[in-house]
Amino acid sequence: MTPFKLHRAKSLSEATKAFKAAEEGRFLAGGQTLIPVLKQRLAAPSDLVSLGGVAGLAGITASAEKITIGAMTRHADVAANADVRRLLPALAEMAGGIGDPHVRNRGTMGGSVANNDPAADYPAAVLGLGGTVVTDSRRISADDYFQGLFTTALEDGEIITALEFPVPERAGYVKMPHPASRYCLVGVMVTKGAAGVRVAVTGAGQGGVFRVPAMEAALAKSFTAAAIVGIKVAADDLMTDIHAGAEYRAHLIGVLARRAIAKALA
Amino acid sequence: MPVITVTVNRATHKIDVPDNMLLSSLLRDELRLTGTHIGCDTSQCGACTVHVDGRSVKSCTMLAVEADGLAVTTIEGLAEGEKLHPMQTAFRDHHGLQCGFCTPGMIMAAVALAEQNPAPTDAEVREGLEGNLCRCTGYQNIVEAIMSGARAMHGARS
Ligand SMILES: Cc1cc2nc3c(=O)[nH]c(=O)nc-3n(C[C@H](O)[C@H](O)[C@H](O)COP(=O)(O)OP(=O)(O)OC[C@H]3O[C@@H](n4cnc5c(N)ncnc54)[C@H](O)[C@@H]3O)c2cc1C
Ligand code: FES
Ligand code: FES
Repeated sequence: MTPFKLHRAKSLSEATKAFKAAEEGRFLAGGQTLIPVLKQRLAAPSDLVSLGGVAGLAGITASAEKITIGAMTRHADVAANADVRRLLPALAEMAGGIGDPHVRNRGTMGGSVANNDPAADYPAAVLGLGGTVVTDSRRISADDYFQGLFTTALEDGEIITALEFPVPERAGYVKMPHPASRYCLVGVMVTKGAAGVRVAVTGAGQGGVFRVPAMEAALAKSFTAAAIVGIKVAADDLMTDIHAGAEYRAHLIGVLARRAIAKALA
Repeated sequence: MPVITVTVNRATHKIDVPDNMLLSSLLRDELRLTGTHIGCDTSQCGACTVHVDGRSVKSCTMLAVEADGLAVTTIEGLAEGEKLHPMQTAFRDHHGLQCGFCTPGMIMAAVALAEQNPAPTDAEVREGLEGNLCRCTGYQNIVEAIMSGARAMHGARS
């Protein structure tokens, strides 16, 4: 790794100050994306601002309507949380399927949502549940937040403090993990709640996570796997890489969406 | 360079570390605990697995400074003198290794798994080893060793 100066912020204002003063600053959360990037010298920031010591950024609060998850909450803690398991088991299951146990012990929800990797899991939960990204300065709805590959509505230096999820009536998530990395070859989240039906797909889109309006409309009429048989997502905007072609990904979206519905109904 | 206080295998060190030093490098290069292995530079192989405050982590993917105030256990910290940890014994009894390069990480992952799940099934062990790669064994004997080691740790006959 190239040398950098590390700041251990104790508060959001300290973190912001250190970030602003840096020539090229980066926040450090769980490091499970950023440290591999630094080790491979794909980035060489002058300063890292660690959020690990900022009070109040980790933890989960829940009511019957809403679950709020602090940005520094580790994947393992989301997976194990009793309220998440009871109110939103699809999210607990998603968290428990990210990477491997060691990655889950360090990686954070805020880091994953800030990074917006097109093959990451949490973007499908935030978009598929119609969640809200809460930052140090504002609240951003999921539909406005995700803006393309590794691109989000976050301004330079803006810090995610929490993610909010409305508790749905039904939710199911299924992914086809890449056999080596466990990232999503394709992952589909299907939910039904106060704001209607939402279907979010990760791992497949050239522009990152996206919704499937045709499936949502069909499911609003009848929330069954049969309702979406025959609804195809065009392969044109999907990714092709050494792991899978766009046509295969398009096919997987249909298969996994039907499985996600079955899970949501189970 | 920040001065950190870190407890490694029950010994507390006050030590100056560069901002960009990895925990794996602190363990191997500064403290000379070379049982923690480095098998990749992509955070995928798990040879570097250690416990930080009781949780398994990849020491190559954590800054040393972030271990400030915490307790680290490495493979060297498992045995008590000449007496091997039950998971180490299980790896020997079940021939859970060939070249041995992945073994320290496998055992640290296994101990963390067994602490949460005293009697893991074959499938649970394989799931728990998602972050640990072995290029030799084909995993079969590793899985058997862990199932038996977990039961031994919790006092049952294996
Ligand atoms: C072997 C391996 C397998 C993995 N498998 C999966 C998988 O299956 N699915 C999956 O989704 N992910 C996977 N990951 C990624 C993992 O989930 C990461 O933890 C996550 O993507 C990033 O979170 P982090 O806390 O580690 O963030 P970091 O690596 O610390 O940061 C990532 C980026 O987000 C920024 N950032 C972090 N926190 C904030 C914040 N609060 N506000 C603003 N910006 C912030 C940082 O500046 C950085 O640019 C895997 C990683 C590894 C190493
Ligand atoms: S050396 Fe740490 S994961 Fe490979
Ligand atoms: S025994 Fe050789 S890598 Fe596992």
